[in-house]
Amino acid sequence: MSSTPTPEAVDALLPEVAQLIVEALNLETAAEEIEAGAPLFGDGLGLDSIDVLEIALEVSKRYGFQLRSDDENNVRIFASLHALTTHIVANRSK
Amino acid sequence: MNHRLPLFTRHHPDDILAWRSDGPVSVHRFLAEAHALAARLPAGDWLLNVCSDRYRFAVGFVAGLLAGKTSLQPASQTPGTLADIAARHPGTCCLRDDGFAAAGELPCIDFPELAPSSAHEAAAAEMPEIDAGRIVAILFTSGSTGKPQAQHKTWGRLVANAQAGADRLGLNEAPMNIVATVPAQHSYGFESSFLPAFHGGSPFWAGKPFYPQDVANALAAVPRPRLLVTTPFHLSTLLDAGIPLPGIDVILSATAPLSTKLATRAETRCKAPVMEIYGSTESGQLASRRTTDGPHWTLLAGVSLAQSGDTTTASGRHVEGEVPLGDIIECLPDGRFILTGRHADMINIAGKRTSLAWLNHKLCALPGVRDGAFFLPDVVPERHITRLAACLCAPGMDRTQVLAALRPHIDPAFMPRPLILCDSLPRNTTGKLTRDALQALLTRSKKDV
Repeated sequence: MSSTPTPEAVDALLPEVAQLIVEALNLETAAEEIEAGAPLFGDGLGLDSIDVLEIALEVSKRYGFQLRSDDENNVRIFASLHALTTHIVANRSK
Repeated sequence: MNHRLPLFTRHHPDDILAWRSDGPVSVHRFLAEAHALAARLPAGDWLLNVCSDRYRFAVGFVAGLLAGKTSLQPASQTPGTLADIAARHPGTCCLRDDGFAAAGELPCIDFPELAPSSAHEAAAAEMPEIDAGRIVAILFTSGSTGKPQAQHKTWGRLVANAQAGADRLGLNEAPMNIVATVPAQHSYGFESSFLPAFHGGSPFWAGKPFYPQDVANALAAVPRPRLLVTTPFHLSTLLDAGIPLPGIDVILSATAPLSTKLATRAETRCKAPVMEIYGSTESGQLASRRTTDGPHWTLLAGVSLAQSGDTTTASGRHVEGEVPLGDIIECLPDGRFILTGRHADMINIAGKRTSLAWLNHKLCALPGVRDGAFFLPDVVPERHITRLAACLCAPGMDRTQVLAALRPHIDPAFMPRPLILCDSLPRNTTGKLTRDALQALLTRSKKDV
């Protein structure tokens, strides 16, 4: 089961997850330009469900766990870079 | 076609129609719930059924049939599209689940908890029959004029399409349990995951699994034999995840061309044949192939093709009139055919289709935009889905403003990446805009960053 991540652990992983998003999606935005709290969908980075599947695949390969829609906070997981990173820190197996 | 056709080709009240997380739902239970919902629908001719749960979609569809309504099924659920469809169909009621938000000002019903009364139970004992010539669904395509194009589907033609598809997959002799990663509203999901429960004896899983682990869990929730109805993009994501998969008996793919490489991988991994369906929202399903057998497609029974220049039209059986196809087709002497290309205006991003003309219309209709054009850039690294780019002349607007104005009108899959702002578009002396000129502009803009 997942543990509650510390803010330090989340902050430390933010740049790596930002880089993962940029590489998985071949974005032209630089990783450091993705704001931790800004929405990934819609008016923020403008991601869509195709991107979510691409990111989920990279997350499962690098951090060793599968994302699932019946995760309680599924919508919140992709709300922002910070939310996604928090979920990864709490669930990673590698 | 003025005769009446039953809701189910063959049925027993105890047959399973669908699988939900709490178990199977019988035909009788389903019909009782459809009667219960029909009694709660407001007056009006149109039902915009946006339920993401396939079972709720089905209850809504049949409740609409019983209440004399036509099902409206847009290709995209952006607020702009839904508002436009509702404006052209006065009295539209939106049936939704899971707090679907894009309905805006539309009158909405949240899918209710249904407790069929004894009257509904009694009504469910009778098999509904529907006029074959009645228009029961309107599926929308994006067309080229900026307005969604309505494709009218009569009950008779839908039944014929479903039966032809079921015949091809052998469902009549050996029904399967269907797990689909595509929505029930779009033509492919409608024809291959919803209709086969009624005219192919093949129950569906109610959910629409999204992540690879969801797909694995959904497959595990229904007994074999299992039919996975999916797209090339979803299939490749599923295989790439490398997770254990329950047994699959047939994989069906459509919406975009499936590579032989991916089909071979899927067949090796799942030990099941990978079949593709070819068709369009306008024509319905037309042909199938087993991808690893080669590039030739075999027409469904009763369907035929005709050619004039590089335009191919389909007709016969469930095809309404003569429908021009978006692909360039080579007909073989034995009646089979090969797809050799796509007409340049048609766009397919991860299985979502639209036309450049439609996108350009939406872009240029934005206030403050002087000129603009979308285009599909040269393909970038293998695994990534190639996205559209657009260049735009909109003095006084920045990128964020343009994207915010565009977002309500087009599906997220077609949002431009990147959007290039320029003083004027690279039109040639006759005012034409070539793809090469647009690609050159994109290449230059990348160097400038």
